[in-house]
Amino acid sequence: MGEKRKIALTVNGKRYEEEVEVRVTLADFVRHQLGLTGTHLGCEHGVCGACTILLDGRSARSCLMLAVQADGHELLTVEGIAPSPDKLHVLQQCFHEHHGLQCGFCTPGMLTTLLEFLRDNPDPTEQEVRIAISGNLCRCTGYQNIVIATLDAAKRMRAEAAAS
Amino acid sequence: MKPPPFRYHDPRTVSDAVALLGSLENAKLLAGGQSLMPMLNFRFVQPDHIIDLNRVEGLSYIREDKGTLAIGAMTRQRDLEFSDVVRARWPIMHEALLQVGHRQTRNRGTIGGSLCHLDPSAELVSLATGYDATVTVAGPNGQREIPFAEFPVAYMTPSIELNELVTGVRFPQWAAKHGYAFVEFARRHGDFAITSAAALLEGDSAGKITRASVTIGGMGTAPSRAREVEQAITGQVPTKELFRGACESCRKLEAIDDVHAPASYRQHLAAVLSRRALEKAYARLTGTDLSARPH
Repeated sequence: MGEKRKIALTVNGKRYEEEVEVRVTLADFVRHQLGLTGTHLGCEHGVCGACTILLDGRSARSCLMLAVQADGHELLTVEGIAPSPDKLHVLQQCFHEHHGLQCGFCTPGMLTTLLEFLRDNPDPTEQEVRIAISGNLCRCTGYQNIVIATLDAAKRMRAEAAAS
Repeated sequence: MKPPPFRYHDPRTVSDAVALLGSLENAKLLAGGQSLMPMLNFRFVQPDHIIDLNRVEGLSYIREDKGTLAIGAMTRQRDLEFSDVVRARWPIMHEALLQVGHRQTRNRGTIGGSLCHLDPSAELVSLATGYDATVTVAGPNGQREIPFAEFPVAYMTPSIELNELVTGVRFPQWAAKHGYAFVEFARRHGDFAITSAAALLEGDSAGKITRASVTIGGMGTAPSRAREVEQAITGQVPTKELFRGACESCRKLEAIDDVHAPASYRQHLAAVLSRRALEKAYARLTGTDLSARPH
């Protein structure tokens, strides 16, 4: 076994203190050690975007980070997006309603990427949405329904924000 | 697809990082990780030691100082993309950054990492070439500065010693009113460009070009200045034909053959993209659009 380190981090609001081998990627740590297998690994070299997580609120490819680098940081994975176990986030609800997924493999990365994007840009154009997901590969939907779902989610989130 | 075993070091100061570089054999510096991590996952590199720069203090900053943009080596591409100073005075950098990977990679990727990785297609490397940027390097004997023209020594090989690390880079400023454009051809948005062209122009009130910088990326072992183009257009009031004729000289630039494109295709792209970059830069400088197609 290689060198190990103790790390402490927050994932989806829950605090973890773990010992991790230094060469383990953040993606493998989240999946294998924390058991949060919602984060998917497609290419493992930073091309497909399936493993995208939010690190301190910013999207990052978790296959391109070491778990030790997340020490002291805050992570959000797909498991942490929904407000409660029986209620989906608006973005997830829109993916569901607009058939924004088929096999679901790319979905965790799409959702995390778009969550950050819609926070930065609550009223995007279709073209902006397409650029936002240009780093996420989907082989089922042809992206069309993902774009439709995102635009609808943006609209509903704006309405929610205006109402509150 | 997993990194090979290595020892991990996360120094807090530049001097500690330099000391580690000087004492460890087969060590690699980890900056944003957007190139090194894939290489580790593929085991293209098998370092015995990783020196992570992410916790080193004082390497992340964007400062405008006496007409110069000073950027810390660990400044994330994202922070440059969203910098008001960059957008106002170094707008070509904003335009180029939007073509660097994707949001997820720009959130992590650093300017120092891009410059040291030195991919011939990398947008930030092209900009450093076009601006004649100055790289600051820290080593056991203190700091030294390297003009960017002397920075690449071979394919993806910067002129820094094994016990040195890049701490920052400085970009000089062009006139408050200058023309600029960064254009590239890639198969998909965010991919490394097959070929790119970066143009900077200054001019006088009569529309004459008084200063020009044209850089072609993705052609040779490192981005290079198209000096023949720069000379042909400086001192001229350009016409469509002047740009077109001058840019033809890019077909003579050295180009590599690889799986993405043969050299002749890159040379063709260099001629086309440099012309488009100049047309766009000149339109931004003067409002005159020379790009109207004949048919």
